[in-house]
Amino acid sequence: MSLSKDQVHHIAMLARLKLNKDEYADSVEKLSRIVDFVDQLSRADTVGVVPMAHPLDTAQRLRPDVVFETDERDRFQENAAAVSGGLYLVPKVIE
Amino acid sequence: MRSSWETVIGLEIHSQLATRSKIFSGASTAYGAEPNTQACLVDLGYPGVLPVLNEEVVHMATMFGLAINATVARRSVFARKNYFYPDLPKGYQISQFELPIVEHGELFITDAEGREKRIGITRAHLEEDAGKSIHEGLDQYSGIDLNRAGTPLLEIVSEPDLSSAKEAVAYMRRIHTLVRYLGISDGNMQEGSFRCDANVSVRPLGQETLGTRTEIKNLNSFRFVEKAINFEIERQIEHLEDGGEVVQETRLYDSEKNETRPMRSKEEANDYRYFPDPDLLPVEISVEYIESVRQQLPELPAAKQHRFVDEYGLRPDDADLLTGSRALADFFETAAAATQAKAQLVANWVIGDLLGALNRDGLDIGDSKVSAIDLAGLLTRIHDNTISGKIAKQVFEAMWDGAGTADAVIEAKGLQQITDSSAIEAVVDDVITANPGQVAEYKAGKSKLIGFFVGQVMQATKGQANPAQVNRILRDKLGG
Repeated sequence: MSLSKDQVHHIAMLARLKLNKDEYADSVEKLSRIVDFVDQLSRADTVGVVPMAHPLDTAQRLRPDVVFETDERDRFQENAAAVSGGLYLVPKVIE
Repeated sequence: MRSSWETVIGLEIHSQLATRSKIFSGASTAYGAEPNTQACLVDLGYPGVLPVLNEEVVHMATMFGLAINATVARRSVFARKNYFYPDLPKGYQISQFELPIVEHGELFITDAEGREKRIGITRAHLEEDAGKSIHEGLDQYSGIDLNRAGTPLLEIVSEPDLSSAKEAVAYMRRIHTLVRYLGISDGNMQEGSFRCDANVSVRPLGQETLGTRTEIKNLNSFRFVEKAINFEIERQIEHLEDGGEVVQETRLYDSEKNETRPMRSKEEANDYRYFPDPDLLPVEISVEYIESVRQQLPELPAAKQHRFVDEYGLRPDDADLLTGSRALADFFETAAAATQAKAQLVANWVIGDLLGALNRDGLDIGDSKVSAIDLAGLLTRIHDNTISGKIAKQVFEAMWDGAGTADAVIEAKGLQQITDSSAIEAVVDDVITANPGQVAEYKAGKSKLIGFFVGQVMQATKGQANPAQVNRILRDKLGG
């Protein structure tokens, strides 16, 4: 296994995924297989190959600094679980 | 005990860029709108939307890079910084990681010994801001306002070249002045347009390796930066001297208690899994573009300060103060150009009376009640001896209160200096007659008494006599 149970636990925490105890063994094995598959790339000779940031061989298009969006808050907030005074409400998060 | 320790500080400054629209969307960045009225589909992270980069942020970052003598990257790449927080709708922040737009810059500050000290700037990269959480008055909820989500930020990362809280503040002030000179940020700290994180560590004097650092988040005033860093330095030293170890962690500064304390949520999640954002292509800029931006750069604060010393003969401290903002520097130059009075006199008045009056009334230089031209008019009357410096202060106050130009005030209140020698001689005669004791002492060698006589004459003329002339006539008559 290329991944440990602790690593999978860490990844699950970062992704905010709640795994049951019996799901762990399965996840460790499946994720390890994916990592091993991709890891074959590390055997390729990449000397002199420029790292690729994007598969399209072109540059970012820029747009002028112009405001063109209008206020559609009411429509967007129809999707929200809870709103109040224009704010989206979420369970209390405070540092 | 402090002297056996050395402090190492690096700052990450977040400066909001003064664009009209957001970095990746056409929503407005105006401050203070009703919650969520300036958050469009792109800012909200709806599926299927595509960010498109605002050309103005590239322009502004290029200006900044050139102004700090840095390398402006011909090619830079946006990356996703992944973490969960309610004010970050997409679950990632679009930022730059391996290939930032600006690298290897520098800035100079004045250290405690008055020497110029170079502070390296590792990088400056473009990124989007997150939204804002509101906790008051919502019971078990937090409210999320995403108007700020997607506002462009330039994150400016210094080398760990700062060795005290004072240096950190001096550096932050220089950056603050610079971004406002360039017009790329309003630098408004109350509104959060300019804030910083401080990385602080200590090590025994002479040790090569760096100590373990802590990061203090979200400092939004120069005063808090200084206090938070000083608190953190003391805390780390005390801890180490008690045999403890510094834990690498993120801390928050509590300005009410003046202390820093660890932040809970982020210590475990410091694993952002950056990767290039597939929604955005690499940003490419040409050498010609960079050169055209260079041509348009305004005169920078450091260059202006040196010019004020060379061209106007100002004291370096005064030149530094006057070049603190472009508006103030322009005010000084407009006034200096409009009067024969010495530039240092103009500087003294701008720094003293004018800034004093602005401070008193809580006004910005742009709202000054006395214009640069009218101040020049007043100083011209000092220069040509129409009024003394002391009377000029009265005239200035009247001008500030709306009484018109210096000439109008002088005329209306009859404040012209008495330069007619016969009039002054008459007053001098009176003073000599009225103070025989002092005259005798003076003649017996107590030459310091000349000040007393001058004072008497000035009092009798309500300050309107020319002091130099009074002096001369007194010496003649007393047989000095």
